[in-house]
Amino acid sequence: MNQDHIRNFCIIAHIDHGKSTLADRIIEMTGLLTSREMQAQVLDNMDLERERGITIKAQAVRTVYKAKNGEEYIFNLIDTPGHVDFNYEVSRSLAACDGAILVVDAAQGIEAQTLANVYLALDHDLDVFPVINKIDLPSAEPEKVINEIEDIIGIEAQDAPLISAKNGINIDQVLEAIVEKVPAPTGDANAPLQALIFDSLYDSYKGVIAFVRIKNGTVKKGVPIKMMATGATAEVVEVGYFGAGQFIPCDELSAGMVGYITASIKNVRDTAVGDTITNAENPCAEPLPGYKKVQSMVYCGVYPADGAKYPDLRDALEKLQLNDASLFYEPETSIALGFGFRCGFLGLLHLEIIQERLEREYNLDLVTTAPGVIYKVHKTNGEMIELTNPTNLPDPSQIEYMEEPIVNAEIMVSKDYVGSIMELCQQRRGRYVSMEYMEETRALIKYELPLNEIIYDFFDALKSRSRGYASFDYELKGYEKAEMVKLDILINREEVDALSFIVHKDSAYERGRRMCEKLKDEIPRHLFEIPIQAAVGGKVIARETVKAMRKDVLAKCYGGDISRKKKLLEKQKEGKKRMRQVGNVEIPQSAFMSVLKLDEE
Amino acid sequence: MKSSDGYEIYVHIPFCVRKCDYCDFVSFACGADVHKMYFDALLRQTDETAETVGRVPVVSVFIGGGTPTVPDARYIEAVLCKLKEKFDVSPDAEITIEANPNSASVEKLKVYRDAGVNRLSIGLQSSEDSELKMLSRLHNYEEFLETYRDAREAGFDNINIDIMSAIPGQTIESYRRTLERVVELNPEHISAYSLIVEEGTPFYERYKDGKGLPDEDTEREMYYLTKQLLHEHGYERYEISNYSKPGRECRHNLGYWTRVPYLGFGIAAASFDGEKRYQAHSDLKRFCDGDFSAETETLSETDAMAEFMFLGLRLVRGISKADFKKAFGRDIDEVYGEQLNKLAEEGLLVNDERVMLTDKGMDVANYCMSEFV
Repeated sequence: MNQDHIRNFCIIAHIDHGKSTLADRIIEMTGLLTSREMQAQVLDNMDLERERGITIKAQAVRTVYKAKNGEEYIFNLIDTPGHVDFNYEVSRSLAACDGAILVVDAAQGIEAQTLANVYLALDHDLDVFPVINKIDLPSAEPEKVINEIEDIIGIEAQDAPLISAKNGINIDQVLEAIVEKVPAPTGDANAPLQALIFDSLYDSYKGVIAFVRIKNGTVKKGVPIKMMATGATAEVVEVGYFGAGQFIPCDELSAGMVGYITASIKNVRDTAVGDTITNAENPCAEPLPGYKKVQSMVYCGVYPADGAKYPDLRDALEKLQLNDASLFYEPETSIALGFGFRCGFLGLLHLEIIQERLEREYNLDLVTTAPGVIYKVHKTNGEMIELTNPTNLPDPSQIEYMEEPIVNAEIMVSKDYVGSIMELCQQRRGRYVSMEYMEETRALIKYELPLNEIIYDFFDALKSRSRGYASFDYELKGYEKAEMVKLDILINREEVDALSFIVHKDSAYERGRRMCEKLKDEIPRHLFEIPIQAAVGGKVIARETVKAMRKDVLAKCYGGDISRKKKLLEKQKEGKKRMRQVGNVEIPQSAFMSVLKLDEE
Repeated sequence: MKSSDGYEIYVHIPFCVRKCDYCDFVSFACGADVHKMYFDALLRQTDETAETVGRVPVVSVFIGGGTPTVPDARYIEAVLCKLKEKFDVSPDAEITIEANPNSASVEKLKVYRDAGVNRLSIGLQSSEDSELKMLSRLHNYEEFLETYRDAREAGFDNINIDIMSAIPGQTIESYRRTLERVVELNPEHISAYSLIVEEGTPFYERYKDGKGLPDEDTEREMYYLTKQLLHEHGYERYEISNYSKPGRECRHNLGYWTRVPYLGFGIAAASFDGEKRYQAHSDLKRFCDGDFSAETETLSETDAMAEFMFLGLRLVRGISKADFKKAFGRDIDEVYGEQLNKLAEEGLLVNDERVMLTDKGMDVANYCMSEFV
């Protein structure tokens, strides 16, 4: 089909504003699926995504729309992950599009994430047109939202379709707007091949399936291809496009089209998101712009609760990585937790998703250590190391200075909560940048915040201080010098390596004190008294004590309770077995986890 | 069931005037018609059991509850008569019945005595009326005294009194008063329990978080006080919660802790034949309809050895290494050497020809015992 009749677009929206539902409606109303074939939400095919109401992996769908002018158009709807952790993937998905539908909730209005995504789309020269969703809600204020869009984002919104994706109201207007407002692609089918990889997944039969937007040239079976950034080469086995939830092979993909390529590639890392695929024998002069190597932002130790399950954990991580090039892991050993892995993630959400998948899909019981960021440690000998595991911090005498990652954070919140949000940012060592009122009642607050202060429980704190109304977005700004120290936890005077973490020197006392309090509740009484201490550089800064156990006895045991009492004793022994032995103290696994959740007081 | 040198017999009487708020035993408040149906069934169960196991020798009988003194005393008489008819009950068998003040009249006590009951266990719990109220007991101290005197008058020369520590609101002083009043009565045996807040009882709902109960330090102080004060009055502790005059240990209960086989009758009663444990159901109606079934648990040798240890270590005298070898044909040090050494090093256990818990070991008996399961 002629490029004039192709529309490549995405939908951008804040979580819960109705992106997936609108996608469902578009697919339903264009000739691809009958209603009967519809899954509830076609694009979100992972259980986890559905539960969290977010989309993790970008996917694409090709549908055929017969417009009111009588012509047929191919719609390639490219889905984008909706969370800040996946910003880079979002940017590559956007780069595969020519236009974007901005969905705004008629009751909620614009949120920080909406803005971030709109700006990202505009940066990629996409034509953005708005639709106002949920107009059937009693609290809907479409006029107000239209003005907000025009005032804040500065795009025309007066003729925005007023729709209800859920109830199928005015979806036809959206379809016509796609034809009218999303520009047709403009590539050269005869030029050397230039295909942008915007996602990939691993299939045990086909190997890696690369999702591509053909910018220029043509690709078909048998063509030798080269991934320009990773340098990997292969021969194309199959090309095709995306049905809903299935791959439909075709003869060739040419400029302007969106589809997939398979080439017996074994590792998703060879088809990095953002890389350019070209013809190995007739390469293009330049790769497409914007490729970045994905960098883990957050690290933590992941250990099997049962040491014997280490090989299972390794296999599970290997399998997850096949589909998730942004997951990093390497083996490490902890004195307290035994053999495990140091894992790197795009952000805390990514960490939680991986952790949940390991537990759910691979049935593993895990112990994870406190998440941390990458610190740059400049040593006195001129060497610089990137520190991901606190226990590897060199002796203070060898450290010239340290640097920590800083992010630009944008928080949108209604004006009633501005004070308390700013207070929170201040507490988290934030540096105020600016504040502007988007409209009378809502403000956009900009701060520079150390990443290690927000990977923790920042998002929860933000929500609790704004009754759930604040929205938050960030991007890495760079590294800055900071006075960081390693906080160690000593249990019965033995350092527990898995509990150490890096913290700013001004927060060390507070964090240490709360850790000790929390651990005191988690560690069961022993026959002896157990001091729990927090120390920095060998100096104790906080202390709690677990009192010695004085009584652990059942007063009664007669003929009728012998079996029951035996089970009780077995349970007690079982519980002891599952604990981690540090020196002569048994530490339950929950202790390692609980310190990750030092709630706001 | 396999035969043996002698069985013990437990008969469960699941009736009370009203169930106490801390109690987790199987017991109901029922009328005389239910009593009759139940005892009829008990007699039939005795016949059936005797058919299976034969006329085995019996060394002790314990009639517990519930409150066995609630139903008509003639039912108890009939049960004992039936047991003697069907089994070879030794002439010097220890035959105990549990009694609560208020329900045990002097007439009833005399019937029990004439039927062959030679030991009485009276539930006092506390001599403080406020504490009795707290426990939702139905008697006061004065009524207990009356029952105690009646028992002596009826000819009981082997009496146990149950008392309780760690009752909500109890203090060291009030507990000491209970102890002092009890020793003044000079019973042969005293069971002194620390209150256990059991799941499924009203107490559990009230006290599961431990608030309102004496704290751990006070509870231990009461426990030490029990041992010391009773010792001064000629009672020795022979088990975690049991004290007696010399030679007046409860033989029946000693049997439980030394793995003597026993036959249980009635709902919720347990039995043990040396190899298997049986747990009867607790459905009163099914039982009265003649369903005497029980769940069976076959013990592996490991289970049996674990039981030998955790039951035997409840006794102050502990277990004998020679007995272990006789029972299992293996040296205890080969099976549990590591555990014995560890606990001995921690000062919780004496590891000699006899293995026994130290006082400190008794405090944390579960910790010690769990090493062996």
